[in-house]
Amino acid sequence: MHMRDKRLRYIYGYIFLGFAIAFLLVLNLYMGSTDMSVKDIMKLLISGDTSSVDGKIIWSIRIPRLVSAALLGGALTVSGFLLQTFFSNPIAGPYVLGISSGAKLTVALSMIFLLQRGMVAGSVVMIGAAFIGSLISMMFILIISKRVNNMSVLIICGVMIGYICSAITDFLITFADDSNIINLHNWALGSFSGSSWSNVKVITVVVATAMFFAVWLSKPMSAYQLGETYARNMGVNIKKFRIALILLSSMLSSVVTAFAGPISFVGIAVPHLIRRLFKTSKPIHMIPACFMGGAAFCLLCDLIARVMFAPTEINISSVTAVFGAPVVIYIMIGRQRDRAE
Amino acid sequence: MDIILKSEKLSVGYGGQSLIDSIDISVRRGEILVLIGPNGAGKSTILKTLSKQIESVAGSVYLDDRDMRVLKESDISKQMSLLMTKHPSPEYMSVEEMVSTGRYPYTGRFGVLSDEDKKVVGDTIKITDIEEIRDNDFNRISDGQRQRVMLARALCQEPEVLIMDEPTSFLDIHHKIKLLSILKRMVREKNIAVIMSLHELDLAIKCADKVICVANGQIDRYGTVDEIFGNQRNDRYDIIDEIFGNEITDKNGTANESIVDGENCLYNNYIEQLYGVESGTFINEYGSVELEKIVGQPEVFVIGGGGSAIPLYRRLQREGIPFAAGVIHRNDLEYPVAKALASVVIEQGSFDKIDDETIKRAKDIISACSKVYCTVEKWGEMNMKNKELVEFAGEKMQTEKLGLQER
Repeated sequence: MHMRDKRLRYIYGYIFLGFAIAFLLVLNLYMGSTDMSVKDIMKLLISGDTSSVDGKIIWSIRIPRLVSAALLGGALTVSGFLLQTFFSNPIAGPYVLGISSGAKLTVALSMIFLLQRGMVAGSVVMIGAAFIGSLISMMFILIISKRVNNMSVLIICGVMIGYICSAITDFLITFADDSNIINLHNWALGSFSGSSWSNVKVITVVVATAMFFAVWLSKPMSAYQLGETYARNMGVNIKKFRIALILLSSMLSSVVTAFAGPISFVGIAVPHLIRRLFKTSKPIHMIPACFMGGAAFCLLCDLIARVMFAPTEINISSVTAVFGAPVVIYIMIGRQRDRAE
Repeated sequence: MDIILKSEKLSVGYGGQSLIDSIDISVRRGEILVLIGPNGAGKSTILKTLSKQIESVAGSVYLDDRDMRVLKESDISKQMSLLMTKHPSPEYMSVEEMVSTGRYPYTGRFGVLSDEDKKVVGDTIKITDIEEIRDNDFNRISDGQRQRVMLARALCQEPEVLIMDEPTSFLDIHHKIKLLSILKRMVREKNIAVIMSLHELDLAIKCADKVICVANGQIDRYGTVDEIFGNQRNDRYDIIDEIFGNEITDKNGTANESIVDGENCLYNNYIEQLYGVESGTFINEYGSVELEKIVGQPEVFVIGGGGSAIPLYRRLQREGIPFAAGVIHRNDLEYPVAKALASVVIEQGSFDKIDDETIKRAKDIISACSKVYCTVEKWGEMNMKNKELVEFAGEKMQTEKLGLQER
């Protein structure tokens, strides 16, 4: 493919993702358990009316929810892409490596700890707890990755770490006595429900910061894709770069876990689809495109989770798994075939 | 200053454990330094240490007179580039994009190529002859092409020192020659210093300015190609000569028929020692390898000369038939091969006429053989006596031409 064709492909890719996001935003706004006409919604949007019931539904429930679904979906996907770059493995991601589950455990711990003292954990505390949990899981993964060279084994170890963390979390939730436990339970399964504007603000700040640094690191990332040796020879300070990459991916996945719980497979499936769509793995394009793709993907999944069995809501991970897991299986089969050739 | 890379009392190894000590080398601009030695001797470790991929255990490396330990990666990247044995396999990357990654140290924050960068990339693609495949996927080209692409990538970095770990491994002969020709040209034109390890000794002889032999945890030898591969006998064999007088025992322990008279006819050579070759022969003159000779009472006698019998020697070796070769002058083209493969060589001093005593010995052996081949078609003053052998052999003479028809 010529350079010019490639550029055209990028442009079409971005346009496609942009339209997908816009379309899904509208759908998310429109569809729900309360029937509203497009006209009504337009009116509410323009007037900014938050006093009526419909106005409250749009402004205090649907909009914060769709904004956080989009931002967190993007964050999760970029986190997955960073981990794939780090481990040079297309099936690495915060969920399969047990990083999300580690974050889930520490968040549950701090929530229960605070609830017992009659306090509600604020956004910052939640993110902080999730970040620490992510880093602890990441540490285990790094220790394992030093000992095993086989990527599949690493993934299996990650899944096991995830199971252990989830088991402990379930145990804690089962025996925690509090009226808020229902919330905790919902959160532990993964959901975008209950997002507030204050959450959205915190999410925006954290995600924007992390994304800025992710794009900032896109050049050394492109060098790192050629392997450590070549990256070092190209002038990358490997140690600093690796630390930065770990911190960034943990930051992105922990903000997701803190607000929406662990969400499966988005971090693997979406980067793969984006690579396919853009036919590139250049970080400078992959990072923004993954963010857009993840936003669209999570908007779609959240829509399905809300609407499919309305008024009953299913947890988001069930939906993302249905779409994401087949992609992961497909990637693994593809890799096996490549090796056989 | 002409010397671009220098090491002083360098020890290399892993985890503080030194593998090879006291490495003192210096490489000038425009010079090719080749590392040879058996597998696992530590060639790659030396290359990785020289390029600061791993920490040195002790000692220092100076790049353009600056200690590499204090240089930042980004400083080194503009002066030194690498070509390693293991290739990256990035997804969806074209050849041109791969070559462009060599411009990394020169591009800005987001790695956007300037016009100048694009020109360097284009020129390098032309020089390395990969224009036809510039839009192909890097993962879907042949090994030979991939190696040229990686060389182009390394050259794009505009290095003063190029470090390569076995660049010719896995390549076919065409790609080997092509790669080294491009390399030679770049060294001449851009005055780049090259440090590389090679497995192919014949190629090492042909392209190296200096050679380092790595074996047994040390730099065994370091010198020019002539010093390492040259024909001079080393001291050890002079001593053996003295001890054994003219009776030389070869490495298979069988008494050599030849009479050594000060000429170079010792093929127990340094390269075989270096690699611990126990069977087979490395022929310095040709940089080629012959397999292990078949020892034993000769069943076949080959009357050769002028290189005509080399294919027959090799065939007999393949078929496992012990044979004698004679009478061959020591300065004959096929003499080294005969020495490597024949269980007995009846030889004559350089430029001498074949004398009666030698012919008598040849006849004795022919008497004991069941078949005799003659590959010589032209008789001159020097080999006239060999014609006598043909007559002597009589019915034992094999008439099939060269005896080389496939069975």
